Amino acid sequence: MSHGHAEVLTTHEVHHDEHGVHHHHQSFISKYVFSQDHKIIAKQFLITGMIWAIIGGLMSVLFRLQLGYPDQTFPWLEDILGNWAKGGKITPENYYALVTMHGTILVFFVLTGGLSGTFANFLIPLQVGARDMASPMMNMLSYWFFFGGSIVMMSSLFIQTGPFSGGWTAYPPLSALGDASPGSKTGMDLWITAMAMFVVSSLLGGLNYVSTVLNLRTKGMSMTRLPLTIWALFFTAVLGILSFPVLLSGFILLLFDRHAGTSFYLSDIYIAATNQALPNEGGSAILYQHLFWFLGHPEVYIILLPAMGMASEILSVNSRKPIFGYMAMVGSLFAITILAFLVWAHHMFVTGLNPFLGSVFVLLTLLIAVPSAIKVFNWLTTIWKANIKFTPGMLFALGFVSLFISGGLTGIFLGNSTLDIHLHDTYFVIAHFHIVMGVSAFFGMFAGIYHWFPKMYGRYMNSTLAYIHFWVTLIGAYLIFWPMHYEGLAGMPRRYLDYSNWASFNQFGDLNRFISTVAMIVFSIQLLFVFNFFYSIFKGRKVTTQNPWGSTTLEWTAPIHPGHGNWEGEIPEVHRWAYDYSKDGRDFIPQTEPIAANESKH
Amino acid sequence: MTEAVSTQRKKIHPHKFTLWVGIGSIIMMFAGLTSAYIVKGSMGNFPTIKMPQLFYYSTAVILISSFTMQWSLKAFKERGMQQYRRLLTVTMILGVGFIAMQLIAFSQLWESGTKLKGATGSGQFLYVIFGLHAVHVLGGVIALIIMFIKAFSARIRNYNPVPVEVMSTYWHFVDLLWVYLFVFFLFKS
Repeated sequence: MSHGHAEVLTTHEVHHDEHGVHHHHQSFISKYVFSQDHKIIAKQFLITGMIWAIIGGLMSVLFRLQLGYPDQTFPWLEDILGNWAKGGKITPENYYALVTMHGTILVFFVLTGGLSGTFANFLIPLQVGARDMASPMMNMLSYWFFFGGSIVMMSSLFIQTGPFSGGWTAYPPLSALGDASPGSKTGMDLWITAMAMFVVSSLLGGLNYVSTVLNLRTKGMSMTRLPLTIWALFFTAVLGILSFPVLLSGFILLLFDRHAGTSFYLSDIYIAATNQALPNEGGSAILYQHLFWFLGHPEVYIILLPAMGMASEILSVNSRKPIFGYMAMVGSLFAITILAFLVWAHHMFVTGLNPFLGSVFVLLTLLIAVPSAIKVFNWLTTIWKANIKFTPGMLFALGFVSLFISGGLTGIFLGNSTLDIHLHDTYFVIAHFHIVMGVSAFFGMFAGIYHWFPKMYGRYMNSTLAYIHFWVTLIGAYLIFWPMHYEGLAGMPRRYLDYSNWASFNQFGDLNRFISTVAMIVFSIQLLFVFNFFYSIFKGRKVTTQNPWGSTTLEWTAPIHPGHGNWEGEIPEVHRWAYDYSKDGRDFIPQTEPIAANESKH
Repeated sequence: MTEAVSTQRKKIHPHKFTLWVGIGSIIMMFAGLTSAYIVKGSMGNFPTIKMPQLFYYSTAVILISSFTMQWSLKAFKERGMQQYRRLLTVTMILGVGFIAMQLIAFSQLWESGTKLKGATGSGQFLYVIFGLHAVHVLGGVIALIIMFIKAFSARIRNYNPVPVEVMSTYWHFVDLLWVYLFVFFLFKS
């Protein structure tokens, strides 16, 4: 330690130095349960996220069963769901509960907590060259708030009145009045508590990610030498920090409406169930929608950006080519982050929004196509004429690009306020967002898991199972969501239990059955992935080289099983950007290698 | 390692930086609430209130506490530990006083007929927004109590200024936040 800095040295840094050199023995509890090691916390997020994904996915299978076979009864459903499926048929209330929980779980607990919680934690310190996060303690708290929120949300499934059932957006008055529906009673209180804990978890995590990226980069790691994964995770954290507090303020007003009787969102309501007119006056449900979608739209990019970053990295590594247009990639991430905050009202085109204001939001929404197109162009030019290695991670990254293009194009339809009058609240919307942010973010997540699994556990996942997983999931995803576009264009609305008595839409009966069948197959293939994941942790082929993919980035310079502190001895110094592949006759040049005298410029 | 750490040291301390990002996050929360107020207020049918006088006095209290906090930080840096402890105690008492005055002002407003039930207007927003601000001050007071215990503990000898700096930045922030919210309500209700 040099003199001038010694006095500001905190215990935190001393702690880091120690870990770099010797492993000290920790109890099971402090090593695996209340761990402050970012790698363990990442695995905790990942496995919790996987459990949630199975539960959320299973819910979709259950309601697809109802949608595909509305005229049949399944007595075994009553055996597992009890009152939820009296007589083997899912009741309308519980159908809504399933849809609501499916959305909440997948959007927040899997694709936000599970995705950026896992990869921001795992990759940020390893790829920027830090021993751990800026505050390992806050990082640990971030996971435990997530865990606590998970427990509360899970417990709402088991109460008598059932979980919240008014849609994942929790619009009032359904979410504000306990008498409005069974799920609006205790279920909603648990929902809101769980979500508040989730927001705290996201904020604690996000603060850490941002300050680690900005403050704890190793020597030589300038911002423009960062891998694109880090840029993407950084912008994700910024989005979360700025948008989640607004959601929280929306929830606080909602809580006052629920329990203190205020009228922020409520006005002139008569409840048929209790035969009673409410005293609430002057509130506005639209106000909640503004606050919700101010988070809700950035949330879409919170889900998508990590997948974009990981796909960029994995495409470049497995193409053995530098990423095309690095600065354009960073710039487009930045543009998406800014635009994410300026488009929320496109979710509200049919709420009676001023048409002039609507046209401003149409313009801003369509502007997102520009950075998105830049990214797609750069991904395609990265793999153009490349010597592609089709590893499972690479396949999923390519699948991500395919889905992002397909889903992004339908976004242009929906971004038009006039077309939205017809398409709003139809299956077209379901198809659009499931492809562009649901399945594609899942593909980014799978790509990341297959690619970094060797770094996480020192073993490989089984490739054959991975290829089966990839092809069934990709084909299945298109078979499920492609037909929904047609249903939506025909005007078929979402959130209905049974379309068979509806003359306009009972022509889609066979199509619905087909979608449901494919959904079940795709879900079961995900269980194969889960099996592969856990089996490979213990029995997978062992990693024998430090850098199995021939990658330039820093995480592959750490030991195969890095301890807490990541590098033994000094943290490596960085001399170049992260994308020197196939350069000057060499396959790749690690970031740690100094620039040679006669080296060409990239 | 030495080199790697020393390059890190040239930048702002990570804890301070984290605080600034956290402040950004809190700002967004209150920006959300005050813009909700503006949106709601412009929809019509929005009763306004007369602000209790007590809020002027609580503003003075929190402004003074910001000065005492800054003095205690200065004393700490100059190793004037006696002075530091004294000023920290004063800041803490002023913080508690501020919260107490807010609560009394709430009850005055309540007595004057601004209730929560069934209504919406600037009064209901005031309870929520000022209440939430008081919660943030309370968080600061709890942090001050912890620093107070540390400052008077014989066992701990700490001359690292970072925690005190983080504390004073946060304290000035809740002070400024209050001034913003107070002025906002003065103009809007």
